[in-house]
Amino acid sequence: MKRLLQPLLSVLLGLALGLGVTALAGENPWTVLKILASGAFGTGYDFGMTLFYATPLVFTGLSVAVAFHAGLFNIGAEGQLTMGALAAAATGAILFRVASPWAPLLAGVAAVLAGTLWGAIPGWLRARRGSHEVINTIMLNFIAAGLANYVTLYLLKNPESQNPETRAVGDGYLLAPFSWLGGAPVGWATPLALVTAAGVGVLLWRTSLGFEIRAVGQNEAAARAAGIATGRVQLLAFALAGGLAGLVGVAEVLGNVGRFRVGFSPEYGFLGIAVALLGRNRPGGILAAALLFGALHKGATSLDMETEHVTRELSLVFQALIILSVSADGLWSWLHRRRSSC
Amino acid sequence: MMRWLFGAAGQPLRRMVLWGLLGLVTTGRLPAADFRVGLVLDRGGKDDKSFNSSAFAGATEAKTKLGIALKYVEAPDDNAFEPMLRGFAMKDYDLIIGIGFAQKEAIKKVAALFPKKHFAIVDSEVDAPNVRSLLFEEHEGAYVIGAMAALSTKSGKLGFIGGMDIPLIHRFALAYEAGARHVKPEVTVTANYVGITSAAWNNPPRGKELAVNQYAAGVDIIFAAAGASGLGVFDAAEEKHQFVIGVDANQDWIKPGRVLTSMLKRVDVAVYATIAAAQSGKFAGGVEHFGLANQGIDYSVDEHNAAILTASVRKQADALKADIIAGRITVPDYYKKP
Repeated sequence: MKRLLQPLLSVLLGLALGLGVTALAGENPWTVLKILASGAFGTGYDFGMTLFYATPLVFTGLSVAVAFHAGLFNIGAEGQLTMGALAAAATGAILFRVASPWAPLLAGVAAVLAGTLWGAIPGWLRARRGSHEVINTIMLNFIAAGLANYVTLYLLKNPESQNPETRAVGDGYLLAPFSWLGGAPVGWATPLALVTAAGVGVLLWRTSLGFEIRAVGQNEAAARAAGIATGRVQLLAFALAGGLAGLVGVAEVLGNVGRFRVGFSPEYGFLGIAVALLGRNRPGGILAAALLFGALHKGATSLDMETEHVTRELSLVFQALIILSVSADGLWSWLHRRRSSC
Repeated sequence: MMRWLFGAAGQPLRRMVLWGLLGLVTTGRLPAADFRVGLVLDRGGKDDKSFNSSAFAGATEAKTKLGIALKYVEAPDDNAFEPMLRGFAMKDYDLIIGIGFAQKEAIKKVAALFPKKHFAIVDSEVDAPNVRSLLFEEHEGAYVIGAMAALSTKSGKLGFIGGMDIPLIHRFALAYEAGARHVKPEVTVTANYVGITSAAWNNPPRGKELAVNQYAAGVDIIFAAAGASGLGVFDAAEEKHQFVIGVDANQDWIKPGRVLTSMLKRVDVAVYATIAAAQSGKFAGGVEHFGLANQGIDYSVDEHNAAILTASVRKQADALKADIIAGRITVPDYYKKP
């Protein structure tokens, strides 16, 4: 019960703070809340866009959570998802003629493999060299961005556009959007996110690898003493985290625009940290948290459009306050654990 | 029931009911002439002192002079253009304007979904009966600017600093060099670009670094077509006591005495004209070109640069303008390159 109550309270606190700020800016908080809700859930299309933003957050949230369970902090989801999306787009642009049932599968596997590779590097460095994964993943984010720019602009550039983006993938690769969501680009990537969340749940709590991951995360020394190859587990956990983040490529490239666009992600990788924190690193919690963040992101655009004083900047403040109260809550429980374990 | 509706606990509900009634009353009374314009800005935002600022200024002028209702939004990410355009279309805005080529696909899609709504897009062409594409002949202006720079240089070395390395900016660079060579075949032009992604529009330190290098190599006038990164070039010009040429908006005021002139790309005029036409029921789809002939492209003269832009340079520039408008000179266009 307490596990459910704390995140709920922190969301409410963040919402209250955010609404307080909009009140200071001269808007009626109740109107703001209504616009936020109708902007995120008002029509099929609005709800679809909420799901559209929530889907990548499920993948990155799961990515951060899996690493968390192994006692590792994955700040590299942004780079891993960049590599995943790039790999999916490159596969679709190069193997242009592959037909429908195999094409998305092929590109999906490419996305997961690229993400896995990008996660395995800091995992290996951590396991073998003991170098800290936070530094390494941050650095790898920059390398991924640079690599993606190079491939996009010099190898696979779309000659018909001034935007920095790759050529389109073949039609066989595209996942059709569900018609009942009013044209929002939401297709099979979203059910895939649900299944993936369930899969991660099974893996972590119903398999021996999951047990080993959690054991290493809770006490590395004890796990080693119990005969667990901690280095191998850390490497596997990080590779898995990378693969999960790589799945963002399926949602963005196959389910949305059919190409890699430089800078497409509104920092899904970093928002994933907040999603995992709010969802208490549990698959169900992550699904709920991703939906909340997706709704906020979509609702905020409507706020900008429908109010006089709430501009893009203020909606960012609004979102930041919620993230802040959520992370303060995480910090609080971490401190609490620290104190009780001393 | 009454207590529940009007008691303290019923506060939100009561407000909802009252507002609902108020909403009914006000929408019933809205004047029929009320013309609503939705403006979707590019990711640079309305304070970039250049492209988006200019678009916003044009729309704001329409708001004061024509009495239209204006709402503007700035997209938080590239996927947000479409929901914003749709939002305006669904909320019964009469004219929806997208600023910048990044919105091309979104406008194309939304315009097809709302065939009765009117749309406009700046810097990109969308072929639909309800979309007006506002295109600028940047090369015409850059040609004149190149000639003015060549006539003003003492070292015979000119510089060009572009923002993003894309065809749109190559169009500036190509015509700038051609214009310079037209009046002084012996001048050299050094061109550098700030970057390859959209971050290149907003990197003043990199702009300054490139400018300092060019000035050190003997360049004495730099044409900066780099959005907010150009502000770094302005700093370098002030520091090294050399000259710079602004772009899009009139930027002569930023460093008075150091800015030779600015190549004006009147996005404000295009936006204003489109709103005025649509308001008076004369909206038409298709492409509209803004160039030297209709003052959509020009160079700036004001109190900040009158002292450094000599009368003879201005005279020759105006003659060149007349030649281009009359078709006596063909300006090389990067877009039409074989």
